[in-house]
Amino acid sequence: MLGEGILKGLAETAKNFAGSFVDKERLTTVEYPEQKLELPEASRNFPFLVYDGPEWQAGLRCVACQICEKECPPKCIYIEKSKDKKPDFVGKLQIYPAKFDIDISVCMSCQICVEVCPFDAIKMDKEYELSTDDRFGGLLLDRQQLAKSNEYYHKIHPTEASEVDGRLAEEKAKAEAKAKAAAAAPPKPAAPAPAAAATPASAAPKAAPAAGSTKTEVPPPAPPKEGEAR
Amino acid sequence: MINTLDQIFVLLKHWIVGLLPGSLGAFVGILLSVAAIVAVFPGLFALTTVLERKGLGRMQNRIGPNRTGPYGILQPVADGIKSLTKEDIVPVSADAAVHFLAPLVLVVVVFMGFSVLPMGRNMQLVDMDAGLLFFFAIGASTELSIFMAGWSSRNKYSLLGAMRAVAQMISYEVPLLMSSVAVVMITGSLSLVKIVEAQNQYTWGLPHWYIFTPWGCAAFVMFAIAATAETNRSPFDLPEGESELVAGYFTEYSGFKFALFFLGEYLGMFSMSGLGTTLFLGGWSAPLAVLNSVPSWIWFFSKVMLSICVLIWLRGTLPRLRQDQLMNFAWKFVLPMTLLNLFVAALWRFMGDGLLRWIVCSAILLGAYVVVGRTEMRRKQYGPRSYRYAE
Repeated sequence: MLGEGILKGLAETAKNFAGSFVDKERLTTVEYPEQKLELPEASRNFPFLVYDGPEWQAGLRCVACQICEKECPPKCIYIEKSKDKKPDFVGKLQIYPAKFDIDISVCMSCQICVEVCPFDAIKMDKEYELSTDDRFGGLLLDRQQLAKSNEYYHKIHPTEASEVDGRLAEEKAKAEAKAKAAAAAPPKPAAPAPAAAATPASAAPKAAPAAGSTKTEVPPPAPPKEGEAR
Repeated sequence: MINTLDQIFVLLKHWIVGLLPGSLGAFVGILLSVAAIVAVFPGLFALTTVLERKGLGRMQNRIGPNRTGPYGILQPVADGIKSLTKEDIVPVSADAAVHFLAPLVLVVVVFMGFSVLPMGRNMQLVDMDAGLLFFFAIGASTELSIFMAGWSSRNKYSLLGAMRAVAQMISYEVPLLMSSVAVVMITGSLSLVKIVEAQNQYTWGLPHWYIFTPWGCAAFVMFAIAATAETNRSPFDLPEGESELVAGYFTEYSGFKFALFFLGEYLGMFSMSGLGTTLFLGGWSAPLAVLNSVPSWIWFFSKVMLSICVLIWLRGTLPRLRQDQLMNFAWKFVLPMTLLNLFVAALWRFMGDGLLRWIVCSAILLGAYVVVGRTEMRRKQYGPRSYRYAE
């Protein structure tokens, strides 16, 4: 009969209305600033720079190779190479980024920078509360703002981070073995492999160039970095 | 004591008027009544917006606004500040004068409708002999302001919305009037005060409201449908269908003019609910004889708010009609039913007391409801579309 459906619909909305006061299951609303949903592990938005150890400047994995800068489709990365060098995690001396800026208002979260990075230095972050009242300066992150510890990386992407850690450890072992072999074979100056084996974090960034003069001979026999790792 | 509480506003007004000399006193008296109406109903409007948003939210299993003040009660304040501080934009090609006047005309006209509504015992601005006629005459002027808004904006969406609104309001004005005429036929008066007084009687403690008679119930349903359409409320909100027309006739309005349209719409809802209450729900009379000690104005406003809640409930339930469904419904179902209802009301009047008239009147109305519903509202069976030349 005419109007039957309307009554049925009214009963349904009335049930919803009353039910939402009684049954907490019905209210699916998450009251955002107070409650936050756990983001899925694979979620990502903007890139950040990983560093090892306690000191961000010393432990930054980035070697300012500028591959990400060149590959970035919207060109949101700006890198300036340093004039001096500091040892990386294997102990090899590398230049480091004197300046590393990402304009997150331009970034489109494509993850291409992460995919091209041969050093596992840039990764995707989950941080989404990035609103600011300054739309130019506030959205242009410099290297200090971008630097986040490896522990943080482990926290947001655990499986991916341990995989990366495994790879890096393997590489480091290989480099050590090679350095040892190189030290054994030619009668070159005593290999300072043990010193290089120490965690890169132990070397202060400013001390690196000073120490570099004694160790300059070590890297040459080592093969180029694992550029083909991917 | 109870009587003073019931008449407290009337006594207050008389006391203030008594303090002033003769001619000035009369003028101030009118001003006071107007000020009361102008203060109370926008206040109710603010309350209703938050009620509506919370209620609709709950119906959709959401929480609704809860950020401004405790439980979001201060939401209308935030809305008001926002609409006051927004830029008031008038399109370059718009007719500036008419564009400016349209919201004013709407609000003024809607406010005038309240002047004849009895909001309590002895609480009406004017006791007009033709109060109902005045109400409908004023109510019909809202169409003018809506068309002014749509036409002066010089925007296709505005104009389409305004044309839809005018078509819809004119179509539903007929059943709105027809359903009220039944009440006038029984009461024998166009004065809203007299209509309420006629319903303010009790048998065995139960009231003589017109909704409790077969013809009154039918007329009330028709009135409610027509009033919903008349106030452009969902499911008859085609004139401002967001999915098709941006915002309909007030697309080109911003800032406080937009808020005025919003206000006008809700005030229209209040005045229509007030009229429906007056005609069918006994106006300010108590629902039971024992509850007569509660002040009459409390009853009037609780009945109005109850109707508003039902309107919100309907809005949360029904989807928007299509234009042809809207017109079909008005002319093929509501209008025949109201016409038949006039006949039934006459029958009720002349059949005298007794059970027989209840049976006869109910049977006629129910039978007509089923038959008209079956035949006129039958769903058309459209087959697959065939093309004569394209194939």
